[in-house]
Amino acid sequence: MSQVPVSPAAPATDTGRADAGRAYAGRVQSIWAQIAHDFLRSKPAVIGLVALLVVVLMALLAPFITPQNPYDLMQLDVLDARLPPGTASAEHGFTYWLGTDGQGRDLYSAIVYGLRISLLVGVGSAAIAAVVGTVIGLTAAYAGGKVDALIMRVVDLLLSFPTILMALMILAYMGKGIGNVILTLVLVEWAYYARTARGVHVFAAGLDQRLAARGQGLPQWRILLGHILPNCLPPLLVIAALQVARAITLEATLSFLGLGVPITEPSLGLLISNGYQYLLSNEYWISFFPGVALLLTIVAINLVGDQLRDVLNPRLQK
Amino acid sequence: MIAWLLRRIGQALLVVLAMTVIVFAGLHAIGSPIDILIGEDLNQQERLEAIAHLGLDQPLLQQYFSFLKNALQGDLGTSFVYNEPAITLILDRLPATLELAVGALAMAIVLGVPLGLYAGMKPDSPLSKILMSGSILGFSLPAFWVALMLIMVFSVQLGWMPSSGRGETRSLFGIEWSFLTLDGLHHLMLPAFNLALFKISLVLRLTRAGVREVLPQDFVKFARAKGLSESRVMCMHVLRNTLIPLVTVLGLELGSTIAYAVVTESIFAWPGAGKLILDSINSLDRPVVVAYLMVVVVIFVTLNLIVDLLYKLLDPRVRLEAAQ
Repeated sequence: MSQVPVSPAAPATDTGRADAGRAYAGRVQSIWAQIAHDFLRSKPAVIGLVALLVVVLMALLAPFITPQNPYDLMQLDVLDARLPPGTASAEHGFTYWLGTDGQGRDLYSAIVYGLRISLLVGVGSAAIAAVVGTVIGLTAAYAGGKVDALIMRVVDLLLSFPTILMALMILAYMGKGIGNVILTLVLVEWAYYARTARGVHVFAAGLDQRLAARGQGLPQWRILLGHILPNCLPPLLVIAALQVARAITLEATLSFLGLGVPITEPSLGLLISNGYQYLLSNEYWISFFPGVALLLTIVAINLVGDQLRDVLNPRLQK
Repeated sequence: MIAWLLRRIGQALLVVLAMTVIVFAGLHAIGSPIDILIGEDLNQQERLEAIAHLGLDQPLLQQYFSFLKNALQGDLGTSFVYNEPAITLILDRLPATLELAVGALAMAIVLGVPLGLYAGMKPDSPLSKILMSGSILGFSLPAFWVALMLIMVFSVQLGWMPSSGRGETRSLFGIEWSFLTLDGLHHLMLPAFNLALFKISLVLRLTRAGVREVLPQDFVKFARAKGLSESRVMCMHVLRNTLIPLVTVLGLELGSTIAYAVVTESIFAWPGAGKLILDSINSLDRPVVVAYLMVVVVIFVTLNLIVDLLYKLLDPRVRLEAAQ
């Protein structure tokens, strides 16, 4: 997080310019150290960060920390379906600590593997949307005039439209599937990044720093990459953190509605959906535990994102 | 003012028009509904007749213009599945959705504003900290999962609340409403709360932020220096200035609440427009999807307009800016 791609004047030949660049880079570095320091002051945020790291690690190490591959139908035993939490498996020699689902999947394994899909979809879509949105936003600010007005009108329209409706519309057009869900999320989310990037650009364009860079005769792209983009990064980071959480929720919701991932590789949303039919007969665990995992993940991300926003918002700093 | 209003209405119409193009063009990316609607046993002649009857043999632009012309006359096509006008299907179910959305919004205001006022006035008290953490939970809880848990606890375990349907309804202005009967209200509670959870957090945070922004300002200090009672300062000075952004957000939230009702309705078997649209997406019932999207867009744009107007009326500063 403290790694920042800021070296605006590294390859400069003029020594004076290089010095100025180093001083500028040093100042940015200390800003990030300050951010890290401020961030760690909030206890909930630290807890969120730790929880998030645990969740990510679990998802990454899924095959090594689960007794069963829940997507391998050969390993599933239908006779073990809908066992309550804590039941020992008769054949496999391990205990279903969180019970099993309707197909006899070990719920703990299914949740850890489901986390993988949720995180992949959430982070993947947020990353793509961030790149697309930032490029479009900077383009709008840079082009100005009619292009800017047109792009921002589209952005406003997208932002004012409920996400779920957009998602339903797009999925209705393009069909189900994980690729389409990611595409939907990108189409829905890029506008947030575009607006932020444009806003920061417009703000940064008036800074002395950029004037100085222009005065030095730096090419436009160097100003954009070296001076404008670093200014955009903190707010974009906040948006990204909160958008990952939104994307994970939306993916789960769409999967729950039966519009998302395939049924053989259930994500958390689909696990919850599959458990719905057993809920009324009091077999709560099939829906309950995947939901808890989903909730913990989202809360962790939101806690981190919330604190980031407070730390990075100059208006709240004393 | 009138010029502003006309310009604003013009913009709104433009948005609606743009949406008709997007909705219409997009829906043509779905597979042809013909195969679902027409049995295998029809011969080619009957097949072509059916296609012609549904107008699916016309050029796309032609289809769009006839769609637009009919839409202006309130005709958004006939449902392939129900064989009824799509707009009638939607409008029949819309009151149930509106009831749910307004109920949720009312809950959000009744719970969110007082809690937010408290959290803003006493930001360091333990209760405020709990409220703020709780509101993060409200943002984070996936609505569909909360719905299941609400059903599990209040319907299955405790047996206090019904888990599906609208219950008994009573007619008012020729429309059936649930909130007019005790049984209906009873049925409304859980789904409305489910839908409201996110909004409660939102209202709480907005109110708190507003109070914190208004409190240190000079006019509040002055009001206190005048010797006004604390409750009068809170109600007349702080709350009024806090309400302005709140009205904007809530007005826009009503639109998104109607959209998000899709999830809640499908879980609580609430017979609203959201449940209809999910079924229609699955059965490729194009006219109903189009009609739903158009109705929601019109509601949305209208709400936007009303919110803008209210904003002007509530905030004299905006009026001044417009006059200059």
